[in-house]
Parts: sequence; structure tokens; C-alpha cells
Amino acid sequence: MSDLHIIYTLFASSARLQRKRAYLTIAAIAWGTVAILMLLAFGEGLRRQLDKNRRSTGENLAVIWPSETSKPYKGLPAGRAIRPRVNDIDFIRERMPELRAVHGEMQIWRPAVYGRTTKNLRVIGTNWVYGESRKHYPQAGGRFITPDDEAQRRRVIFLGDEIAKDLFHDEDPVGKTLLVANSPYLVIGVMQPKTQMGMYGGPDKNHAVIPITTFRAQFGRERLNQIVIAVEDPATMKSELRKMNELLGPKFGYDPEDDRAMPTWDMVKSAEVNRKILLGIQLFLGIVGALTLIIGGVGVANIMYAVVKERTREIGVKMALGAKRRWIIFPFVAEGLVYTLIGGALGITIATLIVAALSFVPIENNRVLSFLGRPTLSPMIGVATSAILGVIGLLAGYFPARRAASVDPAATLRYE
Amino acid sequence: MNGNGTIIHMAGIKKVYDTGKVKVEALKGVDLEIHKGEMVAIVGPSGSGKSTLMNLLGCLDTPSEGQYELGGENVAGVTRDQLAEIRNRRVGFVFQNFNLLPHITSLENVEMPMLFGGMPVRERRDRATELLNRVGLEDRVDHKPTELSGGQMQRVAIARALAMDPDIILADEPTGNLDTSSGGDIMSIFTDLWKQGRTLVIITHDPALASRASRVVEIRDGVVVRDHAN
Repeated sequence: MSDLHIIYTLFASSARLQRKRAYLTIAAIAWGTVAILMLLAFGEGLRRQLDKNRRSTGENLAVIWPSETSKPYKGLPAGRAIRPRVNDIDFIRERMPELRAVHGEMQIWRPAVYGRTTKNLRVIGTNWVYGESRKHYPQAGGRFITPDDEAQRRRVIFLGDEIAKDLFHDEDPVGKTLLVANSPYLVIGVMQPKTQMGMYGGPDKNHAVIPITTFRAQFGRERLNQIVIAVEDPATMKSELRKMNELLGPKFGYDPEDDRAMPTWDMVKSAEVNRKILLGIQLFLGIVGALTLIIGGVGVANIMYAVVKERTREIGVKMALGAKRRWIIFPFVAEGLVYTLIGGALGITIATLIVAALSFVPIENNRVLSFLGRPTLSPMIGVATSAILGVIGLLAGYFPARRAASVDPAATLRYE
Repeated sequence: MNGNGTIIHMAGIKKVYDTGKVKVEALKGVDLEIHKGEMVAIVGPSGSGKSTLMNLLGCLDTPSEGQYELGGENVAGVTRDQLAEIRNRRVGFVFQNFNLLPHITSLENVEMPMLFGGMPVRERRDRATELLNRVGLEDRVDHKPTELSGGQMQRVAIARALAMDPDIILADEPTGNLDTSSGGDIMSIFTDLWKQGRTLVIITHDPALASRASRVVEIRDGVVVRDHAN
């Protein structure tokens, strides 16, 4: 006859809590479970949304702003301006073929006119690879700048979705002619809406993109405002940036170690920082949730202590009849665990329903929600919550059970 | 059990309760020998140490000093779990206030010691049913204690005490909470058990019950003052 059988029989035959008490206990645990799950789901949703928003700028990118040297280099004084030109993009591309993409950017503000509408427009001149690496995906019916556009210096323009709406209102801009600085441009596409987190110069939805060659001819500019590189493997970003500086340093006369000469925004690195901050936020939310759940656990322990007190005589009788310590302890632990697990299951069900209901709330056109994201439950959250519930349930049953096992049968049996 | 049929052998038993400031000596050196087949009544005024003696006899507590052998087994210096096992196998308790578990049936109450003794389910059930028949409760098998009269509850308790076929039945004021008629029934059951060769120790105030015993041990101020056969 196994211990397990004895413990199970005792557990099955011992008194149950009064209904009201059981409901309240279970409700406390369910509430704690809902709290921890919703907080973790919120954290997970935030993480995923921020990740998505971050990626909407482009993946594995680094933006380089040519600037001034801060160290003397080979007899050249500090304070020299570094001025890469449009053709230098080809130079980098040839020497660093392992890069997924390299493009240069130039920027200018010019008035744009369509019909009676005039807007001051931020015009970006760039290479055709920009469309893919900076995620300027065209809406249906449009396209981005092609290599031919760039080679033939076509006057074509790709619009951000918001500026397109500002200029064309309800009309479809594609195929229309837009006057930019009094020159006619053919609108070839409008960007798909996206929630963008990382930006330089301004949000993508408010600018317009033209081929870099057209820009150079139109505005008489040569000097790049930015160079942007994209790598295949984020782990190589650091070494690729070093390689680029070692390549450009001697060409433009700056010390490759001089980080003021070519200030760089390494998005791989900032993504890593973001990841850590978010992990911190998730941990914090998890701890807050766990504390709420622990309060529920204290409730269970409290009830179980009361139950031990109520059943002191019962425990004494069982001991007199030959019950060993563990046969007293484990049914109590099991009881505490059962209340916790029922409450937990209830909480998980409620939280899942809430999360499922929230998934029907549209977030795309909501400024707040498109940053916060939607609460999302992941298997990891389920595992973590179950583990916390299990531990709390065990502890909430164990300590009262230990008191039960310390009952002195001789003292409890004789008197009413 | 040893050869000469001694079931209980107590020598120089002392029990001191330490309540912090004061030490109360409840038993001051008790020597007691009980043989198989005896029905012993332990009598004495309240505060005499009867209850303490009962707790020690029933292995609910351990003596501070002295030697105690129950069925030839030395009880001194065993763990709580070992003590529980000794109680389970060797002692059947009958209490003044019955001490049945309130939310389970008579049958389950009688099964409880057998559960602790590791008896298989079927055997437990059969034996419990048979024991309840023996105390005349065959029609109360599925009743809970609250649905029984005092006399019936005490009979369930007796059936439970017999469950593990113990060396000794230890009854503490078994008729104390009963009216005269049910008390008489219980006394008859005890007498029958004694006639069947069982060993009984009954702690009582009741002269009627004591007069049925084969031997009366009187205790006063923690020592045995009189020990005589009826």
C-alpha cells in the first residue's frame, strides 16, 4: 500500500472549505493570475510592437553623417570637413561587396504644387536600393525608383503616405504630375503606411524620394548628407563599420579611429540596447504581477491556517489512529495547491479571453496603440505564470500543513 | 508480546510538564504491569495523573523518565512516526467524546486505522463492515457521525478501536457522555470483549464501570496508591 494511496484517500475524504471561503480564495488567486498575465501580455505586446516599429525603418542599418575631423591625420589639422560625393557610393559598393546595400542620401526642402495645393516638401535624393533597405514599399498600383530611373535621371517621385494625402487629398497620386521647385515630376508610387520608431531627418511618411542622379542635376548638389549601409548579419555590423572607416579614412584624410569625423548611428547596437530596456520593463511587469499573485497566495495560506485550526481535533484523531507526519502534511499541501491551481486555471482562462477580445480592437489608426501594441500571450508567459502559481500554491499549503503536523494529539483529544 | 503474557510493563515512569516557569510533576514514578486478558480500571480523582498515564499508555506522549514496554516493544526514544505506527498496530482508543471524524461515514471511520496500517481497500471494507455488524450497527454503515446517537457513535468508536486487532484497548471515560442505558450497552460490549480474551484498560470515574473490571488501579497525586483484583 503506497503512501500515495493513503495521502490521496485522506485528501479525498477530508472536509472541504465552506463554499464562500473557497470561492473567495479561488477568486483571489484568479485575480492575481489575471494581473500577472495581463501585465506580461502587455509587456510582450509592447516588445513585439516596438520591435516591429523599429524594423519599419529598415533592418541591420547604420546611418553615417559625414562631419568634421577632431584629430590631426597625416599632417592634416583637426577640424577639416569630410565631404563624400554621390560617386563615392559606388566606391564603397565596389570595395565592400559583402554589404547587403549601400546608399547615399541628399536632402532639400522645396515647395511642391498640385492643383491649388502647395506644400513645403522634404525631398530626398537617393539610390534605388533605398526602397528595399529603408522599407519604402509602394501601395498597390505604384512602384519605387528603379535602376533605370537612376541611370537616366528621370524626374520621377515616390511620396510618403501622409504627404501624398496632404497634396492629393482623395485623388490617386500615381500617374499625376507634381511640380517640385517648378519642375514637373511624375508620381510613381506612394509608400504603404507604417508605424516608424527610429528616424533621422523626419518621418518617412512626410517626405518624397527622387533618384539621386535627378537630385544632383536638379539642385546642383554633390555632397551627401548621409551614407547608409545595410549588412546581412547584424553580428558583422561593428566590423563592417570599422572596415568602412579604414577604407574612407585614407581617401578623405581622417583617422579611422576618429569617431567625430563620421558620426554613426548603428541601429544594430541601439536595437540591442532597446532589447535590454524592454527585457527590464518585462521583468518589472512580471515582478509587479507576481507580487499581486503572492497576495493571493497569502490569502490561500491564511485560509489554510484557519482550516488547520478548525480541524485540530480531526488531525489529533488521525494521529492517534496512527497517521504519520507526511500523511497529515501532504493532504493539506494538496488542498492549498488545488485551490491555487483552480484559481490559476480560471485566471488563465479569463486573461486569454481578454487578450483574444483585445485582438479585435484595431490599432493601426490609433496613435497610442500603434506604439503600445496589443497584449500578447506567449508560451513563455504561460510557463512562467504556471511555475509561479505552482510555487505559491505549494508554499501556501506547506506552511499551514507544517503547523498541522505539529499538533499534539494528547492535548487535542480529551476535551471538547 | 513476551512469553509470560505481559502487555504493558511500566517501571519508574515519571512525567514532568515544563510550563516555562513551573515544572509540574504529573507522574512521580509509576510501576504498572498489565497482562494479556486483563480488564483494568484506572480510577482516581481529577488531577491525579490519570490522563497523563492514559497518554503514556496510548503512546500519545512519551515519559520524561522510566521504562515503558508495550507488547515487548520499548517505546522510549522512538520518533514521532514510529510512535504513530506503534499506536496504529498496538493500541485501540475509545474516547469520552468519541472523536469520530465528522464528515465521513461510520464505515470510513472504522477503515481509517486500517488505511494507516496499509491494508488493501477490499480487505479494509470487509473488515470494517464485519466490525460494525459486531457492535450492532449493520444498518448505520453509511451514516455520518452527526446522524448517530451518542451510544451509536461510541459503538463506531469501539469498532474502530478493534480495526487493527490491537494488543490493548484503551478507553478514556467511555461512558462519560452517555445516558445510563447506552452507557450500560457500552459496558456490556467491553465485558464481552474481555470475555473474548482482549486486554482492556479503562480510565473512569464511574464506580459501576470500575466494578466490572477484573482489577482496579487507583492513582492519586501521580503515584499508584492501590492495585487490587476485583
